[in-house]
Amino acid sequence: MNYPANIYESIKIVEKTRPMRAKEKFPLLSPDDKQALLNSFHPDFREDTLRALKVGASKGFKVPHEVANLLESRSRLNPADINLNTPDYEVDVLIIGGGGAGAAAALMAQAEGASVIITTKLRLGDANTMMAQGGIQAATKENDTPLLHYLDMLGGGGFQNKPDLVELLVKEAPLVMSWLESLGCMFDKDKDGIFATIHGGGTCRKRMHFARDYTGAEIMRTLRDEVRNRRIEVIEFAPAIELLLDDDGQCAGAVLMNLERGTYQVVKAKTTILSTGGFGRLHVGGFPTSNHYGATADGLVMAYRVGVKLVFMEATQFHPTGAAYPEQIVGLLVTEKVRGVGAQLVNALGEQFIYPLETRDVVSSGIIKECYARERGVTTPTGMKGVWLDSPLIDFIHGTGTVAKELPAMVRQYERYGIDIAKEPILIYPTLHYQNGGIEINPNCETIIPNLYASGEVSGGIHGRNRLMGNSLMDVLVFGRKAGLAAARKSKGIKIGPLNLNHLGLYEKELELVGVKTELVSPLLLPDYTPDIRHGGGIE
Amino acid sequence: MRQRMITIYIMGKPYEIPDGLTVMKAMEYTGHKFVRGCGCRGGFCGACGTVYRLPGDYKLKVGLACQMVAEEGMYLTMIPFYPANKALYDIEKVKPTLSGLVQLYPELSRCLGCRTCDKVCPQNLKVMDTMAAAMRGDIAKVANLSFDCIMCGLCASRCPAEIVQYYVSILCRRLYGKYIASKSFHLERRVAGISSGEYDAELLEMKVKDISEIKSLYNSRVIE
Ligand SMILES: Cc1cc2nc3c(=O)[nH]c(=O)nc-3n(C[C@H](O)[C@H](O)[C@H](O)COP(=O)(O)OP(=O)(O)OC[C@H]3O[C@@H](n4cnc5c(N)ncnc54)[C@H](O)[C@@H]3O)c2cc1C
Ligand code: SF4
Ligand code: SF4
Ligand code: FES
Repeated sequence: MNYPANIYESIKIVEKTRPMRAKEKFPLLSPDDKQALLNSFHPDFREDTLRALKVGASKGFKVPHEVANLLESRSRLNPADINLNTPDYEVDVLIIGGGGAGAAAALMAQAEGASVIITTKLRLGDANTMMAQGGIQAATKENDTPLLHYLDMLGGGGFQNKPDLVELLVKEAPLVMSWLESLGCMFDKDKDGIFATIHGGGTCRKRMHFARDYTGAEIMRTLRDEVRNRRIEVIEFAPAIELLLDDDGQCAGAVLMNLERGTYQVVKAKTTILSTGGFGRLHVGGFPTSNHYGATADGLVMAYRVGVKLVFMEATQFHPTGAAYPEQIVGLLVTEKVRGVGAQLVNALGEQFIYPLETRDVVSSGIIKECYARERGVTTPTGMKGVWLDSPLIDFIHGTGTVAKELPAMVRQYERYGIDIAKEPILIYPTLHYQNGGIEINPNCETIIPNLYASGEVSGGIHGRNRLMGNSLMDVLVFGRKAGLAAARKSKGIKIGPLNLNHLGLYEKELELVGVKTELVSPLLLPDYTPDIRHGGGIE
Repeated sequence: MRQRMITIYIMGKPYEIPDGLTVMKAMEYTGHKFVRGCGCRGGFCGACGTVYRLPGDYKLKVGLACQMVAEEGMYLTMIPFYPANKALYDIEKVKPTLSGLVQLYPELSRCLGCRTCDKVCPQNLKVMDTMAAAMRGDIAKVANLSFDCIMCGLCASRCPAEIVQYYVSILCRRLYGKYIASKSFHLERRVAGISSGEYDAELLEMKVKDISEIKSLYNSRVIE
């Protein structure tokens, strides 16, 4: 790679300090020092990133501006434009969102005997689940227990996680691994069947199972294959844009929009599961993101309009290692596994400044501090700052070829731009990664609206204020399965009355009443990265 | 500093774009808002397979729009969808053998050994060798060689034998994961323990402890 001079020089320094650093272990921060670091540098604690909601079930609670803007917008739909009396589909269980949580829910609901439809915004599997590289947590090893997993999750989440949800996750995690094994997921194991496992940030045992560095892809493509084999109906390019209620205030399905034709379709459903994933594409705080194209918080918006409560939306997860160079891949994730297998974080002067496997919020804050308070970052040609993730150290310690074997997706990613991460370190900066909070659910994935369920990244509480790597893939499977099962069972005894969209008018009135004037409509559906051509604009 | 501009041709139409953008960002720069052809934006989902030529070269090249940088004179189109034949099967009943494969994908035997699939794979996989392994019933080898496949469909779009390489491959990976790789005995033991309620009491106890006690347990836990 032809680096700019300042970057090249810094790489040389990093190389020089490598042999010495290989022997050096940076100390863990004390609990007090951690808190101080977070308070000063984590975006969640900055006054200007959050504001209190003016309306709705979580009125008064703080959420990022970008989320508040969407929640305080108007519907895309004019109820007068659609006829709710002749639904296009009638089904027991409607699943909104075709990622890991949605696919798992569909398989379980169908196995339980329910009729199922998945509707999704892009293609089945165009989802954050497909992008997860690092791994999935489950206490399957002899030296590990669900209890230790529980303790780690609480520590990671700031001790604010919902205990019932955590308990369910840690207990079902091994069952999910066994389910995945029976579906034919290819996890890394040795010839005796022992899973390869590594640490993730904040784990006390090596509990991270992986499928090379395509863990999410391997899970997602297997579930997708199974959904197709079981002939479950999937409607693609058809995002839900509003939920429907019936006269008793029960959830009763959704209105879909055909993205290619702009037409609406009405699905009447006995039970509805929201599994629309996260919100990375809102670029909270102006950060780049690691998320897929459709991660636009649609589920939060639709659910909020029918009266659902949101929790922990004040806590946003920034992944410490997003690409900062080259420009073409800024924001893309550099998997935590790179640190898991031994890479250190190093500043422009070739010094370590934080233990690489502190929890994500702490590491991110440490990097922001190193770049903007201690001014020891490396500046890229676009003015962005970053620090080094010293990937060559992995081969230095474990032998040549380790990087190639453990991190093929990462190697390929950088090879495309002429960078060999086994020889050159990776420039990184925190990227917007995960929506810690979301829709409040109970262990059956029920929301407070009857017959409306939520599972996966759209829900909140399981991870408290901060999710640990590997617990999200597990969360979407544990709770996706749970939601599918619970919704299918519930659907058997339900009668749905005439459908309505009255909540939309009521919500708009509420907005008017508190004086919110807005021209914005939501859900967003897709971010717009095209310049405003009519006005001759260009890309930022 | 003014950015250098280059010209690319999107489905035959010329557009001026700043040098250095990925094809995906270049298309957005020129006002194309994606509905199809864009999923993960990170090289994992296979939504954005793109075919192109460069000036003065008859050769067709391929890449992922979200990953490759637009070049001067690039003449391109995306192939966001390709009609492909996927066999439907019950994974509990398929045999992990050559006859199991051939029953579901009889077209396998039509492979001409032309290597077109190798040339178009944006993941640089050895697709032909993978299909050759499938024809020998070497399921483990197919599973291994194809592991990094993102199912973009470019190989199938060019295959003269109309084989759908990525569906053959995922079938083999699932068969490998389910029937050939050794079962994890430590997982089986843990599942049995959970099913018999072995961990229930200690979890219940932990759940009701107050936060300060949980905190000190957390802070003093041993990291192995
Ligand atoms: C780059 C990256 C790496 C990660 N690595 C890891 C890891 O190593 N380990 C780990 O545990 N976790 C990881 N995560 C997190 C984890 O992958 C996600 O949190 C999880 O997969 C979310 O699953 P989900 O099913 O809830 O949402 P998704 O998988 O995002 O699926 C949501 C689906 O809903 C669809 N949708 C959205 N809006 C609508 C609408 N209005 N109507 C219909 N459909 C809609 C979307 O298009 C999408 O298909 C990673 C995330 C990213 C982005
Ligand atoms: S094998 Fe085929 S489908 Fe898979 S990545 Fe290569 S070209 Fe795409
Ligand atoms: S393109 Fe088709 S026929 Fe040619 S080598 Fe590949 S699989 Fe065989
Ligand atoms: S958009 Fe997913 S691979 Fe390019």
